[in-house]
Order: sequence, then structure tokens, then C-alpha cells
Amino acid sequence: MKKLSTRRRHPLAAVVVLLLALAAAGGAFSLLAPASKAQADESAQSLSIDEGKKLFAVGCASCHGTGGQGSSDGPSLVGVGAAAVDFQVGTGRMPAQQPGAQIPAKKVIYSQAEIDQLAAYIASLGAGPVIPTKNEYGPAGSDIAKGGELFRTNCAQCHNFTGKGGALTHGKFAPDLEGVAPKHIYEAMQTGPQNMPSFPDTTLSSKNKKDIIAYLDAVNGDDTESPGGLELGGLGPVSEGLFAWIFGLGALIAVAVWVAARTAKAKKS
Amino acid sequence: MSTNENNERRDKAPAGEKIADWADGRLGIYSLAKSNMRKIFPDHWSFMLGEVCLYSFIIIILTGVYLTLFFHPSMNEVTYHGSYVPLQGQLMSEAFNSTMHISFDVRGGLLIRQIHHWAALIFLAAMFVHMMRVFFTGAFRKPREVNWLFGFLLFVLGMFTGFTGYSLPDDLLSGTGVRFMEGAVLSVPIVGTYLSFFLFGGEFPGGDFVARFYSIHILLLPGIMLGLVVGHLILVFYHKHTQFAGPGKTNNNVVGMPLLPVYMAKAGGFFFLVFGVIAAVAAIASINPIWAMGPYRPDMVSTGAQPDWYMGFSEGLIRFMPGWEINFWGHTLVLGVFIPLIIFPLVLVAIAVYPFIESWVTGDKREHHILDRPRNVPTRTAFGAAWISWYFVLLVGGGNDIWATHFHLSINSITWAVRVGFFVVPVLVFIATKRVCLGLQRRDKDKVLHGRESGIIKRLPHGEFVEIHEPLSQDALHTLTAHEQYEPAAIGATVDANGVERKVKGSQKLRAKLSEAYYGEESQIPKPTVEEYKEITSGHGHH
Repeated sequence: MKKLSTRRRHPLAAVVVLLLALAAAGGAFSLLAPASKAQADESAQSLSIDEGKKLFAVGCASCHGTGGQGSSDGPSLVGVGAAAVDFQVGTGRMPAQQPGAQIPAKKVIYSQAEIDQLAAYIASLGAGPVIPTKNEYGPAGSDIAKGGELFRTNCAQCHNFTGKGGALTHGKFAPDLEGVAPKHIYEAMQTGPQNMPSFPDTTLSSKNKKDIIAYLDAVNGDDTESPGGLELGGLGPVSEGLFAWIFGLGALIAVAVWVAARTAKAKKS
Repeated sequence: MSTNENNERRDKAPAGEKIADWADGRLGIYSLAKSNMRKIFPDHWSFMLGEVCLYSFIIIILTGVYLTLFFHPSMNEVTYHGSYVPLQGQLMSEAFNSTMHISFDVRGGLLIRQIHHWAALIFLAAMFVHMMRVFFTGAFRKPREVNWLFGFLLFVLGMFTGFTGYSLPDDLLSGTGVRFMEGAVLSVPIVGTYLSFFLFGGEFPGGDFVARFYSIHILLLPGIMLGLVVGHLILVFYHKHTQFAGPGKTNNNVVGMPLLPVYMAKAGGFFFLVFGVIAAVAAIASINPIWAMGPYRPDMVSTGAQPDWYMGFSEGLIRFMPGWEINFWGHTLVLGVFIPLIIFPLVLVAIAVYPFIESWVTGDKREHHILDRPRNVPTRTAFGAAWISWYFVLLVGGGNDIWATHFHLSINSITWAVRVGFFVVPVLVFIATKRVCLGLQRRDKDKVLHGRESGIIKRLPHGEFVEIHEPLSQDALHTLTAHEQYEPAAIGATVDANGVERKVKGSQKLRAKLSEAYYGEESQIPKPTVEEYKEITSGHGHH
């Protein structure tokens, strides 16, 4: 103890005490602070929230309000969650081109990094569904047949048997699901964008969602085979009827005209 | 000729003759063949539309027989273990299971199924066009009214045979269609629920309807249709075929080629062409992919649930009808479904009874074997066009969701357009068609009197430019003026010379009015007379 007390007037004593105090405070903080807010993450998160806020102010605030609180032109985004942002911006629906019955998917104008920043900002406004991981929407361990049953029970009444889309009232529509990324399908079910009802995990478990995605990939994916030949849009009897009239009966009438034009010649006597 | 010689000759007869002789002695086909082999048929492509119907009907029967070998008309629940992965392990009826089996595991099963279904759509489309050909050319007139009704019945029965067949696989789409039908049956006041329970053997869907529809689809309706087809053909033979007006063609002859050998060869070849086209369509394009629709469960439904095209107009009726209903004393009358159910047969009957209305208006009791050109009968043509437009409006209504998504329209606007169009479009089409017909009649008259515009411009010595009109050939002149024009039937004076009033029935007044509308000044252009023609062509120069 004597050693310590003799050096208490040392010019560097204050610095040492300060360092010790900082280490103690830092150590205590790192022990007591929530694990999800680990130091390194914290800085990246707050950085992307800042970046997201800037992007939001430029691209979204005119309708959704400067703080995402919403306005007469767009709903409040407090509590919609990162998944909603990732879906709406990631499919090009947002930013919207013009108001209308429904905002259609179009060219995506933000990079995935920017979308993540926007999502981080919106998520910071209030808790909501998070962006699913590949593990949640990936094909591993899914049951296609179960997914088909779930799809026919919950989705087909708007999106058609195999997800070809369908009409809703007043110009609204359920879009064709061909070529939609599994992540976006998952997010749509989770968040219920625009006119779609939401299917949170309490209604449709994460496993069920994965099954539905796997079913859609099997029946409406890029390498889906159509065993019967041309699908004719997969729309059912309307396009089949049109095809029967135009190509079926049309060809038969053409053949009839051709046969009738070749009549037997009477023998010259 | 002595008996001896006769015997010798008989011994030397070739084998073919012997067989023919044997058969003739027992079946008497010689006299039948002799009288019918030289039966004459006129040549025109539109006369072959009926053949398309006949051949597609035969194709449907042949492929249908093949399908019955593998189809199980049962609603017992089974688990799917076939080769289509996305349905494996699903519960489904045996009917659906066996249709999946036909589609994926029976050799050639899917192709035969698709030929069967495509042929059904084409059969009905061909009947529709055939019927319209008969309608617009006036081929339904005496003596063919009964055959017109046979044909009409074939069309209606074809619709219901198609509907019952479409329902057999018990997939989600057809199950929705059967549910639709059940709803329509339920909407009938008082007896609706009883009828529904009778039809389905209890509460919908029950376990019976596939087996019942199966009997109706493969036995009852096709049996009746086959009988009607035979009757239809016998009557075509008996009446002889109609023909278009032309030089050498009269109401008392038929100009064309004999049945044997020309038409037998042509018809036989045409059968294979029809079969080929339908098989090609079936090989190219998918129809009713039940694997994509999945098995029927009453708690499921899909958008885009329409019936096959021939039932589409009934779908249209129900889709555009406002959902009215009346409640009194605890009973509900669902007008939103019941009114369409009433209009459904009326749409069909409207075209079926037309021939009888026309013959009543004209009062013409003569036989007609020369066809009309549609333009020469503007009122009939306008009525037919109006009916087709009416039918088409209903088809648009039936597919309103597909129209909405593919043309980016609001389904509500389409529904309202169909509501208005249901009443307005046929009237507009009637007026427009009639005017077009009259315009074409004027053009014909002009051609007869002034000749064909040759497109050659001639400059006369004094500087005037004229277009040279080439006179038509004698044949063309005949064809353009062969049609008969009716005079409007007048009631005549209702008061005779002594001032005594004659009683005129309301029906007579109506008939006179209709007759005026049909054949009055506004409704036909008088065809050129011989005098007019002579006066104009006798050298007064160009007009």
C-alpha cells in the first residue's frame, strides 16, 4: 500500500485513475447492456438509421411525412417493420409513381444496401416484422403438397390456383406471383401489403409460409413443366375457350374452305 | 335365258359379287344404295360446318370410351400416391385420383383426355357456328323447322353433357362450378332445397354427385344426342340439302356432286382432317390442368373460376345481376340468383323460336330450298346479329375478372358496362346491322344496273373524266337478282262499302305491324326490275 500511496502525487496518477474508471465503466456497460446492442453493431445500426433517414427524407417523406408519421397521401410507417419496407421498396412498388387503386410492382430503383438502410430507419420508428432469413423462406425442409393445400385454402381465391393473379374490386388486383422472390412472398404474407390481408406467424406459421413458397416454386416457378402443353396463361376456361374458337374452330373452318375449294371436276363428254 | 345357263353364270360370279348378293338377299341394301348413292350435295364451305360437328362428336365418343376404362366415378376419399409430386399425400376423391392417374400414369391418357376436352369445346363452337349459318341463310324455313329444333336441342344437350363431364374429375374448379349450380337450384322458390337434396343425395357435396353425373354424362345425354343426330341426318337426307341461288339452281333441284363416290371420299377425308386438327390442338395446348387446380374441397375456392365457354353466358348473367333478395316471414327469395336462372333458358329460347315467329309474320307456307343471302333479309340478319352480340355481352360479363386484369380495368366498371350493354348493345347492333344490309342491297342494285367499277378512268375528247363500268355477266346478274322480296301484309279496309266494321284481331294487327317492319319501305331496297335494267343499258351512256 505504501508504494501506491507514495506515487499518489505522480504526474500520471490522474491519467491512470481516469483509465481505470473508464475501463470499469465500459466493462460494467458491456456486461449490463442488452446483448443485441453490442458495441460494434450499435455503431453500424445507428449509421444505417442515419443513412436511411436521409434516403427517407428525399424519397418517401413527401407522402409518408418527415418522421414517417403519415399524411393524407400515405399511411403512417410507425410499426410496419423492416419486412414491409424490404417488400415495398424491394419489389419497386415504393416509391409510388402515382396514386391509384393499387401501386403496381415496377423497376426497383434503390440498391439492396439502401433498402436495408431505409428498413433500418423505419424499424427504428417502432417494432414490426423483421426481414426473414434465408433459413425461413428457403426450400430446405418444406412440404410442397401441404403448401398447395394451404395455398388453395388461403391464397387461391385472389391469386388463382397456381398464383397467376386475379381481379379485386375497383381496379385493384392480386398480382401474378410468377418470378416473385421467395423472400418477398414471405414478407408479403407477413406484412399484408396494400389490399392483401396479413398472415402473421400466429395465423400461418413460419413453416407454413415456407411450404407455400415451395409450392409456388413447384407450380409457378421458372422451371415448372406444363405436362399438357401450352399453359394458355394458366387462367382456366376463359383462355381455353378463346383458344378453341380461334385456333381450333378457326383451323377447321380454314380446312373446310380448302376442301370445298377443291371440288371434283365433271368429266367432259 | 334357260335355267341351266343361269346357273352356269352364277357359278362363275366373282367373290365380291357373291358376297354382295348374299348381303343384299338378307339386308336389302341394294335398292337403298341405288337410291342414295347418287344423292346430290351442293358444294360450299359453310355446308361443311355441320360435318365438323358430327366428326367432333364422333371423336368425343371414341376418346370418351377410352377414358371410361380408367375413370372411377366414386367420391370415396383416398390418398394420392401418383407421380405428380405437388399433390402427393393429399386427400382426394377417387374420381380425382383416377383422373390424375389417367393424366400422369396411363399411356396416352393425358393426350386422350385433352383430345376429349378440346373436341368438346370445338364441338359446341362448331354447333354454334353451324346454327348461325343455318339462321342467317334462312335454311330453317319450311320444311326444315323440325330439323332446326333438333339441332337446337343438340346444342342445349351438348351444353349440359359438357357441364356434367367437366364436373366429373371433382377438381377445385369444377367443384366450384357444381357449387354454383347448387346455388342456382337452391334459389328456386319453395322447391329449391328439396331439388338440391334430391340431386346431391343430401347436403352438398355429399358422396353421390360424381356417380350420378357420370351416368348422365356417358349414358343418358349422349344417348339422346346420338338419337337426335341420327334423326337430324335422316332429315337432311329426306329434305335434301339447300343451296345458294345461282344459274341453273332452282327451288326444285339440287346442283352438286353425288354422295358416292365424291362426297364419301370428301367426307371421309374431312373426318381425318378434323381429327388431325383436334389432335394437334390437344397435343399443343393444355386444357383443364386438374393437377394445378387440386382436389375439390367445399372450403376452398380460386379466382378465375369460370365454366367452359358454352356455359359462360350463364356465368355472365349471375355476375352482372345485382345481389337482390327479398325476406318475408322468415323466407328468403334470392332474386340475385333466381332471375339469372330464369333468363338463362330465355336467352336460348329467343333464337330457337325465331323461325316460327318469322313464318308467322310472312305467312309463307311454301317450301324453300334456295338459301337467302343475309343482306337480302335485313330484319332477320339484324335479329341474329343482335342475339350474337347479346350472347357476347354475357360472355364478357362471365369473364369480367380476366378482362379486368388483362386490360387493366376496374371489374366494377366492366360489370356496369355489361349491365347497360345487356339492354343497349343488342338494340344498337340491330339498327347498325339492318343499315349495313340495306347498304349492301343498294350496292348490289347499283352493280346490276351500272356494272362493276373497273377502276379504269377514261378521258373523253371534250375533257370529261369517266370511270368505265364493266357490265356483269348474265350469271352474276341472275345471282344478284334471284331473291324474292315479300310485300308487307296489309290488314285491308276495316270498314266495307256498306260501312259495316270488320272485326280485326289484335294478333292480326300485330302481324301487320311486324310485316311492315320486316318488308316495308324502310326495310328493303326494291331489287332492280327488267325494265330498269333495259332502260339503263339501252345506250344512254354512263351514269
